[in-house]
Amino acid sequence: MAEATQPERFFLDRFDLTGSALERVLGTAVATRADHADLFFEHRVVQTASLEDGVVKKATRSLRHGVGVRVLAGTRQGYAYTDDVSLERLELAARTARYIAEQRGDGAVPVRASDGGPHDLYAVTPAPVETPVADLAALLSRLDAVARGVDPHITNVLASAAVEHRIVLVATPDGRLVGDVRPLVHLSVSCIAERGGVRQQGSHGGGGRFSFSELGARADAYARDAARQAILNLDAVPAPAGTMTVVLGPGWPGILLHEAIGHGLEGDFNRKGTSAFSGRIGSRVASELCTVVDDGTIPWRRGSLNVDDEGTPTQRTVLIENGILRGYLQDQQNASLMGMPLTGNGRRESFAHLPMPRMTNTFMLAGNDAPEDIIRSVDRGLYAVSFGGGSVDITSGKFVFSASEAYEIEGGKVGRPVKGATLIGNGPDVLTRITRVGHDLALDDGVGTCGKDGQSVPVGVGLPTVRIDGLTVGGTQA
Amino acid sequence: MDLRDVAQALVERARSAGADMADAVVGESDGLEVGIRLGEIEKLKRARERRAGLRVFVGGATAIASSGDLTAGGLASLVDDAIALARVTARDPHGGLPDAADLATALPDLALHDSALEDVAPDLGFARCRAGEEAARAASPEITNSEGAEFGCGGGEVALASSAGFVGGYRSSSASLSVVPVATRDGQMQRDYWYTTSRRLDGLEDAAAVGREAARRALRRLGARRVATGTYPVVFDPDTAASLLRHLAGAISGSALYRRASYLLDKLGEQVAAPAVTIVDDPLRQGGLASRPFDGEGVASSRRTIVERGVLRSYLLDSYSARRLGLRTTGHAARAAGDAPGVAPTNFHLEAGPHTPEAIIASVPQGLYVTELIGFGVNGVTGDYSRGVVGLWIENGELTYPVEEITIAGNLLDMFRGISMIGNDLRFRTSTASPTLKIDRMTVAGT
Repeated sequence: MAEATQPERFFLDRFDLTGSALERVLGTAVATRADHADLFFEHRVVQTASLEDGVVKKATRSLRHGVGVRVLAGTRQGYAYTDDVSLERLELAARTARYIAEQRGDGAVPVRASDGGPHDLYAVTPAPVETPVADLAALLSRLDAVARGVDPHITNVLASAAVEHRIVLVATPDGRLVGDVRPLVHLSVSCIAERGGVRQQGSHGGGGRFSFSELGARADAYARDAARQAILNLDAVPAPAGTMTVVLGPGWPGILLHEAIGHGLEGDFNRKGTSAFSGRIGSRVASELCTVVDDGTIPWRRGSLNVDDEGTPTQRTVLIENGILRGYLQDQQNASLMGMPLTGNGRRESFAHLPMPRMTNTFMLAGNDAPEDIIRSVDRGLYAVSFGGGSVDITSGKFVFSASEAYEIEGGKVGRPVKGATLIGNGPDVLTRITRVGHDLALDDGVGTCGKDGQSVPVGVGLPTVRIDGLTVGGTQA
Repeated sequence: MDLRDVAQALVERARSAGADMADAVVGESDGLEVGIRLGEIEKLKRARERRAGLRVFVGGATAIASSGDLTAGGLASLVDDAIALARVTARDPHGGLPDAADLATALPDLALHDSALEDVAPDLGFARCRAGEEAARAASPEITNSEGAEFGCGGGEVALASSAGFVGGYRSSSASLSVVPVATRDGQMQRDYWYTTSRRLDGLEDAAAVGREAARRALRRLGARRVATGTYPVVFDPDTAASLLRHLAGAISGSALYRRASYLLDKLGEQVAAPAVTIVDDPLRQGGLASRPFDGEGVASSRRTIVERGVLRSYLLDSYSARRLGLRTTGHAARAAGDAPGVAPTNFHLEAGPHTPEAIIASVPQGLYVTELIGFGVNGVTGDYSRGVVGLWIENGELTYPVEEITIAGNLLDMFRGISMIGNDLRFRTSTASPTLKIDRMTVAGT
């Protein structure tokens, strides 16, 4: 596809616009006392197929496109967007967005902009969205058989596959046009198991910014794991309640970092002083075993981006280094207002949304311990290896995440599976309780979606096996 | 452009392109969002969106295509895409449109649209935000910061056409205001929020009152601590009680039932809640936040008792899940343009009981009053429930200190059966609404 390499031409041709027309619109937008303005064009096609009862019953294809005009003036942001893209609509949107700059009382704030070029992390040919839907259907049918083959008590398999093609373009008043073409593939498998009147479910999924055939190569393992988890949970005993030692397995349990510290280190909350981490750069927020980074530059990952949604190249940002808080995640507005560097974390769900500081792939670097030694070191506790979702109150710092696969630890050994329990803790405190870090860092399989202020974006997390001395487990067995 | 015409044209084009049956949803909306923080303008956002979605059935197989491109060319590719996809999916004997007999014929006017919300000046929104935030900040010197106040409003129109013989549409609007103050004591910060939402501009509560309530909620969280793990009575305030109703609604939705993925499977006619509990779904309430004259498939809506004195009387079904279960649709198809109909409740509430909230709290010697629930620890298949809690500790029938970093756990079936007191404080502030509820025993995990 020609457009795969040329977002600029793609949008200008599609909407019959010229570079000089865009400059005129941006001129309108900044023509008051604005500090900065940008246009964000987006074109997104998503194709899905879903299976249940052993057959692919549904397929969808959706197209969304549109443009947003943003005006920045100090702490103010004006935004107007439309999916009816024409020069006339753009001019109207620009006049609407600049309203906030017209009555500002504060002085100009120079807005930081990056002059770095985009990375090239996920060029895929052919684009996954070009995959015939029959291929999606064939994959899902195969996964149904794989999952059912794990155990005769698997009574239903729900599976869905999605292939996405998103083209974005950011235009700024200096005439700069920065585009990105973002493929994304995703698969999820959910199994229902039933035995002796007991029903349970298990799920697994994965994906990233890679080809559909690569997804197909990884998919059988996801299906087997979803079935295994459903069967395992049939025998799960009630989870314990109270504060105890918790060992988190590698990979997806990295959602701990995302909730406990990641959100609290986003620039907007820290500029406003509403985060439990506000003003704490340089202070100890974790045990010295902990180094945590956010890295948007890992090839093929779900959370990676060549540039963020403001046109800034992504990077690897050290958040915590040997336990000391080092940095925040920034977008243009907050970096400029705080006098801090851009980090390439200005992201938005779509052209209908304002950018905000958001995570990309957030993970803890590997330590030295063998995972089996970490489990052996715990006399009694919980070993949690998979999670549903989590959330955080960034002001009080309290976070929760809910286990979907967890086990008792008794006498240094992994014991019976326990029913899903919510783990709750305090973000600025929990990493100080980490006493062991494994050498087995793994990133998740590519399932994460992060919600903030009503906006969802794909993210990644990662973790080596860690031991946390004292985390509250919300089971029923008091 | 009349959206009903666009929807009908899509259905006709789909039929001539080879679809045996089709239905189409077309929607259009405009919106305004403004924000104030610390007295200063923070955000102004204007939105305009249009979207069309087409569902086709070809030889018993189905597919959906949707697009924001409503030009002639855009609509033509919508039809082509949908037909092409349906040639790949499998035939489903239960697929199809609702029976003609179930379709809405008369569309009642439910007062869902307020013309005062059609073209709201940003300054009106800024003024409401200022009033709300100022009231919150003036409430106490311990309100030290603010995440700001936001006002949003919008209006739009949706049309549905179906080859089963339905075409209809309606306009609706909504407005909301929220305030998020931050309180500080001894270096510990707490934030909370309060909000008001309505179909009408003059239906919003007074901005200063919203701000004061937001401040009261943030201030009462200061000094929060943990409590000892144990089994206690738990009182849910109306907003957190409503979240329990949403879990119940999910478990009686047709898609969860035919997939055998619900803890309320095969429970029709059985006691699923305490005898004092009656739950009603009413899509026809005048001005209701989830009211609508027809569902996402054009099926007539009606008020329905879901749980009557604790006995489950009705599921929530669309036409597909109804056929799967051998039942008749209840008119609960919810439809986004880009997807097949799902199932969702409309205005869903638990009927008020006889007790004042104060009397309910006074009945608890030692227990928990829940004001916020966090996390996703609800398993709809088993009913197992475990969520993080923010609230107040009850000692000798009185609210004492705030609590946080604790969880409550139980099983939804036991929880609903264990409802022992129901408040008289039902208000329709949200589409799913509940009075204060007391559950006799839940596990609280803390220190």
